[in-house]
Amino acid sequence: MGEYQDRYEFPDLKFNIQRGKKRDFRMEKREKKDMFVWPDLVVMEFLTAVALTIILIVWALLVNAPLLEVANPGISENPSKAPWYFVGLQELLVYFDPWIAGVMIPSIIIICLIMIPYVDINPRGSGRYTFSLRKFALINFNIGFLMWLVLILIGYFLRGPDWQLYWPWESWTVVKKVEDNLWSLDPVTGLTGLALYFGLGMIIPGLVSREFYRKCGPARYTIVMLSILLMYFVPIKIFLRLAFNIRYVLVTPWFNI
Amino acid sequence: MSRKKSLWKRIRRSQVWRSIFRHDYTDTRKNRILQIRSNIFLHIHPARIPSHAGKIRFTWCMGGITFFLFIVEVITGILLMFYYRPVIEYAYQDMKYLRFDVPFGIILRNIHRWAAHLMIATIMLHMLRVFLTGSYKPPREFNWVVGVNLLVITFLLSFTGYLLPWDQLAYWAITVGANMIRATPFIGHEGPFALVDKYNDIRFMLLGGTEIGANALLRFYVLHVIVLPLTAAVLVGVHFWRIRKDGGISRPL
Ligand code: HEM
Repeated sequence: MGEYQDRYEFPDLKFNIQRGKKRDFRMEKREKKDMFVWPDLVVMEFLTAVALTIILIVWALLVNAPLLEVANPGISENPSKAPWYFVGLQELLVYFDPWIAGVMIPSIIIICLIMIPYVDINPRGSGRYTFSLRKFALINFNIGFLMWLVLILIGYFLRGPDWQLYWPWESWTVVKKVEDNLWSLDPVTGLTGLALYFGLGMIIPGLVSREFYRKCGPARYTIVMLSILLMYFVPIKIFLRLAFNIRYVLVTPWFNI
Repeated sequence: MSRKKSLWKRIRRSQVWRSIFRHDYTDTRKNRILQIRSNIFLHIHPARIPSHAGKIRFTWCMGGITFFLFIVEVITGILLMFYYRPVIEYAYQDMKYLRFDVPFGIILRNIHRWAAHLMIATIMLHMLRVFLTGSYKPPREFNWVVGVNLLVITFLLSFTGYLLPWDQLAYWAITVGANMIRATPFIGHEGPFALVDKYNDIRFMLLGGTEIGANALLRFYVLHVIVLPLTAAVLVGVHFWRIRKDGGISRPL
């Protein structure tokens, strides 16, 4: 209860109440460093809005939004690319079946994003830029963010007809051979591999840093490690495909991974 | 000169003026605060903020820019609605009409399109900055959750808007999306453990049919101009209110 009040009691109310009573020294020191919103901040906001308006108008004058022929279900576009911000997911279709690339991965990302504040119990490094106080969180989040970007860059700039790899200087008229020597791991190897990856991935960090496990508790620890292992599974699968032509690591009658 | 001045004075003393602006504009501490407090649009701000919160190097201004772009989208979107009919027979023709005949129509459409793209970029940067400054930590957890919902809605707005021009680009990009959706486990007819068929799966619900056709266009339109923007507007309201209630922009503890 005490902790609840400290952390969650509406801070702006607390501020006003404390002003009325004995003034808190820390509050007072902070107040000296405050700035007025009118006019200082409002002017900045206004200038930003003006600048953006100009940028948008110039951009709109220079570049037209695309408009191709009227939609025709009979003639497909090749390649048919999603808008750039979805191209990362489309790029994943090379490596994963649609139910993973298009449904599971986005859903898991959203769920993981929502859970971040509840599983990151490191109280330090709030309200400022710091690396040393939150190495673990920052490294993993930034790698995820970077993956989103890199996949977009590949999908947007390096993919041509039939979603084949084309360098920017290569002509799309050159027909590329579709990979046909893909193979999949047999179920036993696949299951063992997955079990090892997730099993060891879950256990080893907890053993190496008992401290980390103890602080998180079993539920948080499981969620955090599972999310991270799922995230790194994506580049691992991409690597397996590129290096060893592996199509699926696990084949079952119902789904393939 | 002096007559002009006294006219200006008389206007400012008039009942009408004073009924709108309740305080004068001499530069005093009190007036700076009143300027914010007595204006419905400005009062989403606190009257004073910690000085680091007003620095571009702290927020990158990305939340504010995202909000601005949202407003641009609403305004240009409403103007586009005057010219666009979400019916297969007309949708594409209306795009042509906007492009070649409507005065400034092409600029209107271009701004709507590019601002949407920019908004995706700025919302991602905003999320990145909030993460980097650890601003989701208590007591701001829930506002982060509200933010993630805004992120999803922004993506859905882009997705639904993409179909509306009804050209080849639109049609085939949405086809890629719809093909992913039909692979949803359990509720997509081509997904693992499908419990449904082509006529009652989640893709059918979204498209209003088994194909991208008239129903899909209408559904995407209604989602794009009513359902999603309204939800976004309400959530943005909650987001801003929570920033204040959570103690303002985060600061080092
Ligand atoms: C339509 C979308 C959004 C709008 C218009 C918006 C707007 C804003 C604004 C204006 C601020 C004030 C500080 C700043 O400018 O950085 C802010 C803060 C914040 N936003 Fe957003 N935001 C949006 C989406 C998001 C998303 C996607 C997230 C996270 C996933 C998020 C999480 C937060 C949090 C936690 C704060 C408090 C930051 C602090 O106290 O330092 N918002 N938002």
